[in-house]
Amino acid sequence: MKKQIPLIITFIAGMVMILQFFIPHRPFSDLQQLFNTWFLIITVFAMILGLGNLFKVHTKRLQRRPKGWWYSIVLLAGFAIMFIVGMIWGPARGTPFDYLFWNVHLPMSSMMFALLAFFVASASYRAFRARTPEATLLLVSAILVMIGRVPLGNYIWDKLPLIGDWIMSYPNMAGQRAIMIGIALGIVSTSLRIILGIERTYLSGK
Amino acid sequence: MLVAGINVEAFEVLSSSEPPVSPTEVLAKDKPNDAGGSIIVTWRKSDDDVEENELVKEYLVFRSSALDGEFELIGTANKGFEKFVDGTTIDGTQYYYMVKASDRVLHSPPATSEAVSSSAQWFHSGRISMLVATVMICFLILWFIRKAKKGKELYIRPIAGLEAVDDAVGRATEMGKPIMYIPGIADMDDIQTIASVIILGRVARKAAQYETSLLVPCCRSIVMSAAQETVKEAYISAGRSDAYDADKIRYLTDDQFGYAAGVDGMMLREKPGAIFYMGTFYAESLILAETGHSTGAIQIAGTAMPSQLPFFITACDYTLIGEELFAASAYLSKEPLLLGSLKGQDMGKAIIIAILVGGVILVSLGFTKIIAWLATG
Repeated sequence: MKKQIPLIITFIAGMVMILQFFIPHRPFSDLQQLFNTWFLIITVFAMILGLGNLFKVHTKRLQRRPKGWWYSIVLLAGFAIMFIVGMIWGPARGTPFDYLFWNVHLPMSSMMFALLAFFVASASYRAFRARTPEATLLLVSAILVMIGRVPLGNYIWDKLPLIGDWIMSYPNMAGQRAIMIGIALGIVSTSLRIILGIERTYLSGK
Repeated sequence: MLVAGINVEAFEVLSSSEPPVSPTEVLAKDKPNDAGGSIIVTWRKSDDDVEENELVKEYLVFRSSALDGEFELIGTANKGFEKFVDGTTIDGTQYYYMVKASDRVLHSPPATSEAVSSSAQWFHSGRISMLVATVMICFLILWFIRKAKKGKELYIRPIAGLEAVDDAVGRATEMGKPIMYIPGIADMDDIQTIASVIILGRVARKAAQYETSLLVPCCRSIVMSAAQETVKEAYISAGRSDAYDADKIRYLTDDQFGYAAGVDGMMLREKPGAIFYMGTFYAESLILAETGHSTGAIQIAGTAMPSQLPFFITACDYTLIGEELFAASAYLSKEPLLLGSLKGQDMGKAIIIAILVGGVILVSLGFTKIIAWLATG
């Protein structure tokens, strides 16, 4: 029974979502929005679980003092500061919470995002080594697309941007669409397995 | 006369003393394939509605429930437009619509529609092709599942990334290092995350069998809860419930780059022997995979995000491309019922390829109706 009830709920919810795609009539037309609202409510309450886990893990780290335990102090202090500041002054514009968000949180996020530029360079260096015919093709395509997208490409030869666009619009698009068709079929197959209860690993094993 | 290169005589700048010519052919009809409450009003624009002058600046749309009753202004449409959607109707009530062209001072004589009422539809006629495709693919999957149930041996093509899962877990075990499993940054309402949690169950079972530590940093609280339950069950089914540690499946943050920073830190501190990236990833994919690569771990990725696949292919040892992510659970379990669904999926793909090739040939021969048949509303 412990497994049957979730399976029944999954089946009903799955079938209702399929039906609402084909039936525009109420109540089916409102169900997706209703389910999304339910999911948001569950997510908000689940945040408590996440925060509880965060506190538990890092409090234990402070007690046990494993390697790098001081990072836990930074995390808990950061959490406490933002929580207290937010509770006292609120998140409105011009408050200390707003100041910390724009001047501490956002620059750190931007810094992580900016690292991507260096990682793209290191990954490209490995990927573009022309060791095999496929890698050589990748290298040539990448050079043509990259040069075609900067003013220098147009300066060297005015057809280079057109070649870059052609690579993106035809071979690249064809490959992406092939992947998308496969993904769509995979989603149908996985959904069907879950709705029919054939796949139940997510519940509790076989 | 030319002013700044513009022939100002060609423009009627201000309202003329005459009202504009009326729009014609005012038609009102129920909006198709909706939940009711909407009527579409169309008209042919006024003869005065031309680029060269400003005799018409907008169209005024009026509504009444009786032809001889009082018409109420319900909205406007800009010059050049020939359509207005009234989304405030009551189903079953008859309405008349009146449209006037206006220069915002004078209005044209009205043009009126026939009576019309809105209604809700029980079937979306624009999605027939989608329904046929869904039924066909579901039938194929169920048919192959039935075949598998009867004991028929089904051939599934080898997928290198999934063949390597055992090796990756074994390598981490031999090196005495933990395994790290990253379930993406989406929540449990994303099918990729569901697929990822299912694969996590299979990986956790192998980790439990090999007695290797498994770290699962999560970006969403619900994913953390689902992952904890899945891993716990995998350890129990492997007979290693004592080795299960809930603290190793931990929540980091909902913030995308905060999560990337947290996972990168864990990778550099824990130095995992094997790293799995399965699920939905965005810009953080390469940040994670390159950091993982720098630790020397064997890396297996799987995602259905086409824009992130090149990054994983570049930085990881094996990558499950798109559909292979969804096939992974069935492939790893080797259970006949799940493998049957994979076979059905492959057959569905074969049929879609046949339709694509057939469609290209038919359209090339001038039979363009097939485009409308296959289009989805």
